[in-house]
Amino acid sequence: MLRTALRNVFAHKARLLMTMLAVLLGVAFVAGTLVFTATISDAYKKSSQQGFTNVDVAIQRDDDDSDDRPSGVPDFTQRTLEQAAALPGAKSATGDASGFAALADKDGKLVGDGWATNGGNYYAGPDGKGTDPRYDMKRGKAPTRAGEIAIDWKTADRTGYKVGDTARMSVDGPVRDEKITGVFKTDDGNVAAGGSLVLFDNTTAQRLFTKPGEYTKINIQAKSGVTQAQLKREADKILPRDAEAETGKTLADDEAKEIENNLSGMQTAMLAFAGIALFVGIFIIANTFTMLVAQRTKELALMRAVGASRRQVTRSVLIEALLVGVVAGVVGLGAGVGIGAGLRALVGKLGEMPDGPLIISPSTVLTSMVVGIVVTVLAAWLPARRAAKIPPVAAMGSMHAPSSTRSLVVRNTIGALFAGAGIALVLYATSMDDGKAPLGLGAGLLLIGVFVLTPLLSRPLIAASAPVLRLFNVSGKLARQNAVRNPRRTAATASALMIGLTLITGLTVIAGGIQNAIDKMASDSLKADYTVSMANFSPLSTDVEKTLQKQPEVTTTSALRTVRATVKGDVKDLTGVNGKTIGDLTSLDWKKGSFAGLSGGRNAVVDEDAAKDQGWKVGSHFTATFQDGKKEQFTISGLYKGNEMIKGIMVDNASVTPHMHKVTDMQVMAKTKGGATSATKDSLEKALGDNPAVVVQDKEDLSESIAQFINIMLNVLYGLLAMAVIVAVLGVINTLAMSVFERSQEIGMLRAIGLDRRGIKRMVRLESLVISLFGGVLGIGLGVFFGWAAGDMIGSSIDTYELVLPWGRMAIFLALAAVVGVLAALWPARRAAKLNMLAAIKSE
Amino acid sequence: MTTSTRPEYPAGGPQQGYPAASPSAAGTAAAQATDLSKVYGSGETQVVALDRISVEFRRAEFTAIMGPSGSGKSTLMHCMAGLDSVSSGSARIGDTELTGLKDKKLTQLRRDRIGFIFQAFNLLPTLNAIENITLPMDIAGRKPDQQWLDRVIQTVGLSGRLKHRPNQLSGGQQQRVAVARALAAQPEIIFGDEPTGNLDSRAGAEVLGFLRNSVRELGQTVVMVTHDPVAASYADRVVFLADGRIVDNLMDPTADAVLERMKSFDAKARTS
Repeated sequence: MLRTALRNVFAHKARLLMTMLAVLLGVAFVAGTLVFTATISDAYKKSSQQGFTNVDVAIQRDDDDSDDRPSGVPDFTQRTLEQAAALPGAKSATGDASGFAALADKDGKLVGDGWATNGGNYYAGPDGKGTDPRYDMKRGKAPTRAGEIAIDWKTADRTGYKVGDTARMSVDGPVRDEKITGVFKTDDGNVAAGGSLVLFDNTTAQRLFTKPGEYTKINIQAKSGVTQAQLKREADKILPRDAEAETGKTLADDEAKEIENNLSGMQTAMLAFAGIALFVGIFIIANTFTMLVAQRTKELALMRAVGASRRQVTRSVLIEALLVGVVAGVVGLGAGVGIGAGLRALVGKLGEMPDGPLIISPSTVLTSMVVGIVVTVLAAWLPARRAAKIPPVAAMGSMHAPSSTRSLVVRNTIGALFAGAGIALVLYATSMDDGKAPLGLGAGLLLIGVFVLTPLLSRPLIAASAPVLRLFNVSGKLARQNAVRNPRRTAATASALMIGLTLITGLTVIAGGIQNAIDKMASDSLKADYTVSMANFSPLSTDVEKTLQKQPEVTTTSALRTVRATVKGDVKDLTGVNGKTIGDLTSLDWKKGSFAGLSGGRNAVVDEDAAKDQGWKVGSHFTATFQDGKKEQFTISGLYKGNEMIKGIMVDNASVTPHMHKVTDMQVMAKTKGGATSATKDSLEKALGDNPAVVVQDKEDLSESIAQFINIMLNVLYGLLAMAVIVAVLGVINTLAMSVFERSQEIGMLRAIGLDRRGIKRMVRLESLVISLFGGVLGIGLGVFFGWAAGDMIGSSIDTYELVLPWGRMAIFLALAAVVGVLAALWPARRAAKLNMLAAIKSE
Repeated sequence: MTTSTRPEYPAGGPQQGYPAASPSAAGTAAAQATDLSKVYGSGETQVVALDRISVEFRRAEFTAIMGPSGSGKSTLMHCMAGLDSVSSGSARIGDTELTGLKDKKLTQLRRDRIGFIFQAFNLLPTLNAIENITLPMDIAGRKPDQQWLDRVIQTVGLSGRLKHRPNQLSGGQQQRVAVARALAAQPEIIFGDEPTGNLDSRAGAEVLGFLRNSVRELGQTVVMVTHDPVAASYADRVVFLADGRIVDNLMDPTADAVLERMKSFDAKARTS
């Protein structure tokens, strides 16, 4: 039997190629997705990893807010550091003073945009003459005084800065021109990913990031022979208030866990894609083998007639599947790695992808091979059993192309149950506050239900295309009838496309709604023409507001400051605003009261949701305990409707500034004469020193910057789904080619009685178009439904959210489905037109 | 001489009510082959399927082409019907020379002027009986002549089954649909390739009866390839082929006479 199977594989090269291609694609799709997701996950993981190699014990802020005041910015003094260094088990100790630091490249652009751009201290020992064990100077020397910096080696490579160059940078707003004195090596993950790290001398770093003489963290290195636990016990004795000591191992473990958590959402999404890939892959393979066996009915019946047993027939089909699976699995894995690499390069071009090696994990290889081999064999199992049941007489009779005669009743019942349950769950989810789980489950059920029901749906939906197809005369009529001829096959072909389009449409609908909501928020709640902030929302120097106020075109400004305070035992962020001007810069929906009375006083305004939580009314009082331990009492003077941009408790800056450890702004709002124009924006940017780190945004920029994020996400998803579409195209080609092959006698007859080549081609193309559009319509319809349901849930947390149907994009998707149909039919149609018509007439 | 295999056809003389294509100036030949050769392959493997054949199929005549397997009878029909290309010589339908026609013209000619009845796969399984019957006219974008259509359907006795799909019809009924399709478009000539090859003798007799009626009553021209002497006995004339040549010609054949001739060819073939 093995020989027969082998012969079979090689005897029909075209058929073999088609089958191989189907399996190969399925495997490539799965492997590509797995490689891509593993690569991305790994790169992101590395990017958020800090080296803990030189840290045995760290003294850091205790995040536990058991106190009645929020733990503030840590303040480890030089004394603590020296105490730590003097611990019997300590070899050395360094202090961290770090924070945001933006560096401009030679063209004035922000280096490492999208990644963390950090600044830190070079701690050269208490006397300032030693070396910092954390940073190894590769070239030049460490910074020793204000005006000098060292940059990391990757940034040096990326920007082309050399020792001795002057670089423009910014830490909290004002522009600084610094001389580069050194380039250092670091294993910091963020730097490896694409961020930057700039080192200042210790004093300057403290002035910029903490306060003179203070550190955010103290790192201790153990003497050889001293364990981390021993060192920790020693360090525990010198801990200041609100601080804790942790071993390097605990820190590394915690970090790993945290990274894992942060990435879990992404990994779930990626796994979902891999799952879809697997599903589509399995589908194409099963479909192909079913057709393959159907085509070979006669051949297999002949084998039965000459004495092969059922088991032998089954086995020959399975062996064939195994051979195909192994070869296609290996080739598909290779192709998948290529796809993964290509996708990464594509996403990398969008600038949102950390550097990192291509990850081909054993599980990727294993999964791909399992898909290739096991799925192929399993997919061949049912057809093989069917093949074995072919009666030997079938070899004798001439037969028409087999049409599915098995009843669809069971299938339809199951499908209807699934779809019904799915719809019910989705609807139920939209009525819940947090219906993610039922929504996901419902969506899954509905998708499966529709998928099972596709054969049933194919008839009415394709019948609906009749008026259009009538324009194409006989070709159109025959195309339509051929499309519904084998509902199972049509359904299987359309499904691959349907799944892809469902996801694409759903995501687009949600993204469109969110985009719209953000636009609305920005235009509804802001009166300010500009907001000024740091590139990554790190604190802004108060000088920025002063500079803005000096500009002739600026009429009104307000700085926004965020302060943590404990209110009724909970830590809250209080937003400090300029009580005099804030009313001119924002437009809030007041339920009661207003900004009036905020200025200078001990009043506060709060959004109604927060007020409801706390049971506050206008006139209620509350006490806030600040980080410095002092308390203030506030009276509620206004209630407004909050949104994603403005919400929470707002008080006057005068009430919070005295309690801030270091006075900085989060944002400055400004209004200008004549509103927002590009000239005004240029002039403001210039006034702020063309600073790479400071972002001046008008309302449009604001929504655009958020939109950009959404768009990048959409692009990545489109990229992944594009693969699903490619696979769908090949699936359609496969089905059509096989159908043409099956119907060659019919086609020959049609040619004989006078349908010309063009008519035949048109018939095949229209059939393909109809099937593709069928899949497209189903997919887009489902996508809109899911988008609506998910949006409804989002809408409960974003007030301005409303369903916006992206008609333009939906039209594009439908056109895409049509293009898929036309492209997929190119080759099968040519093949059909070239068929020898005598084949039909010569009796077998 | 027996006539038992040749049932009487309904009363009504030949040529009656003949509304088919107008007779052309070229006289009575509906199709004509002159020095027609068909050669497959070249050199050592060359096979001569038709060897300089000249034959004429007359209007309103039912001709059967007979011969043993490999005699070239199917090839002759394919070449005459514009289904296959010709190596040399000429093949004409009416006044139209087929050799040298481009595929498009040839397709049109088959569509508008020729009717076909094959042994199998005559019908599209997705179309019902009436749709299959009008298919050639649908392809051409012509409206069928309703009166003529009704008459054809009546003649082949399919009135009650027009909405049936082929898989709901018996083999005989399917072939009758095929006959109706060939007749409905009122072609100049109908070619049949073993039209009764897959049928039992009763259904076969029915189909052959219809073909003969169409010739006698409707003035249709029919050329049929067959290897069955009984089928050939329905024809007005039998042309015998052997080794790619026409070896004999028999007018008003009976099954026995045809069988006799066939035997003599076999004997000749064995002795030569």
